[in-house]
Amino acid sequence: MKVEEGEIFGFIGPNGAGKSTTIKLLMSLIFPTAGSARILSKPISDIEMHRDIGYLPEQPYFYDYLTAAELLDYFARIHDLTAADRRERVQKMLKIVGLETAGKIQLRKYSKGMLQRVGMAQAILHDPKLVILDEPMSGLDPVGRREVRDVILELKRDGKTVMFSTHILSDAEMLCDRVGVIVGGKLRGVGAPAQLVDMKTQGMEILFELAGQSTAPLLAKATRTGDCYRLQVPEQDLYGAIEQLRAAGAKILSVSQVRATLEEFFMNLVEADRAQAAAVEVSEK
Amino acid sequence: MKRVGIVALNTFREAVRDRVLYNLLFFALVMMAASIIAGQISIGIEQTVIATLGLSAISLIGLLIAIFIGVGLVSKEMDKRTLYALLAKPVRRWEFLLGKFGGLILTLAVNTAAMGVGLFLALIYVKPTLERGDGTVFVAVYFIWLKLALVVALALLFSCFTTPLLAILFTAGIYIVGLYVQELRDLPVAVMSPAMTAFTKWLSYLLPNFENFNIMAQAAHSRPVAGAFIAQNTLYAAVYCTIVLTAAILVFSRRNLK
Repeated sequence: MKVEEGEIFGFIGPNGAGKSTTIKLLMSLIFPTAGSARILSKPISDIEMHRDIGYLPEQPYFYDYLTAAELLDYFARIHDLTAADRRERVQKMLKIVGLETAGKIQLRKYSKGMLQRVGMAQAILHDPKLVILDEPMSGLDPVGRREVRDVILELKRDGKTVMFSTHILSDAEMLCDRVGVIVGGKLRGVGAPAQLVDMKTQGMEILFELAGQSTAPLLAKATRTGDCYRLQVPEQDLYGAIEQLRAAGAKILSVSQVRATLEEFFMNLVEADRAQAAAVEVSEK
Repeated sequence: MKRVGIVALNTFREAVRDRVLYNLLFFALVMMAASIIAGQISIGIEQTVIATLGLSAISLIGLLIAIFIGVGLVSKEMDKRTLYALLAKPVRRWEFLLGKFGGLILTLAVNTAAMGVGLFLALIYVKPTLERGDGTVFVAVYFIWLKLALVVALALLFSCFTTPLLAILFTAGIYIVGLYVQELRDLPVAVMSPAMTAFTKWLSYLLPNFENFNIMAQAAHSRPVAGAFIAQNTLYAAVYCTIVLTAAILVFSRRNLK
């Protein structure tokens, strides 16, 4: 798996798939039994490379005896920022994550969502080239999630590379240039969300109105909501179906391509993995 | 080394904000009680009572801090996962470990120094005329601090590879055995096999000799301490701490943080 410079890369998978483990390996918090990884062309064991990386741990927890401003100042010192830079960056980060009024409150009084925001702030504090975020939307309300999404998009606009893990597929679909899908510790697919789901195009959907009764056989397959019907047909049957519906007196409102969502693609992989695991279990018995 | 200092100062700040230094109030109460008791017993041994009580209190309070906070230096950070964000920054694991060690021994230095001054003031209170040997109480306090530094290093080592409870037990166990190293060396050879004699001898040199740092009797009787003895104890503590911390770094550098 390779993350390209300047892209937003989503790392998606169910709980226990190995997303956080992979990220911890990249951050040298745990060590690999085999294999290798490189970040910014340097081996992950090179600690100096960490100057150019920002990392948000999953469900972050920080020194609760410090205020948010003190914590950010502490990390800024670790990054060798000068006193003037520290003051400027700390205030800027607090503003970006919406904590400028809470910067002088001890972290022990922060909610989970506020800690997540502090985590985001410390990850981008030193203006890194690469930002690795482990479940950045976790624990956030809709406003917080929107803000994190905005920060991620802003980072991309600034030319940064962002890699984040998530199990909220709509976020990945909305933000990512490419995603990697991991299930059961194995990488099952890498590509743009549209590319991955295109392989699973499911046909065409016709939305039409029909007043009164009709005996057209296609109507039996349609889903009705008031006078509106929704009918899904294979792509090659589209024109035939439209002819039949018009003959029955239907008014065609729209025709659209039915594409599998990333969620469906993802669920298919998860179910296949579970079925395989079950089959192995049965054969072992 | 700059990052070691940054981590150390933060560890010191943690101790201050977690009210670790509040124990000084307890010590002040002990000193007041000692002065009252000393005033009520026969003349001539007030200084001995106060010095013995004071130094024992400094040692005991310091030991409790060194063992319990020392064990928590790394294990608490791992449990709460506060070190994840830190180790993802350009901080080497040895820098983190030395910083935590430095922070706690700085806390203990401030703590023991404050208590030492308090003890000295109590001694002046019962004995207004000073003589040369009265300064020994400060050497005794310094030796207690050296001993505590060693205990912190051991607590840190054990907490790098075992649970906090076991780390506390191991550290306390080694401290207690370390008080009797001389006795271990002096065990009667006649009642033991040659192998056992060799083993106890070897063990007595491997274990830290904490009794070396106890000069309570000299301090209580204002007997001066030789400079060479101070240098020898300082060197012993420095070398022992270096060895133990090196072992801790080796263990911690390979540890997976779950």
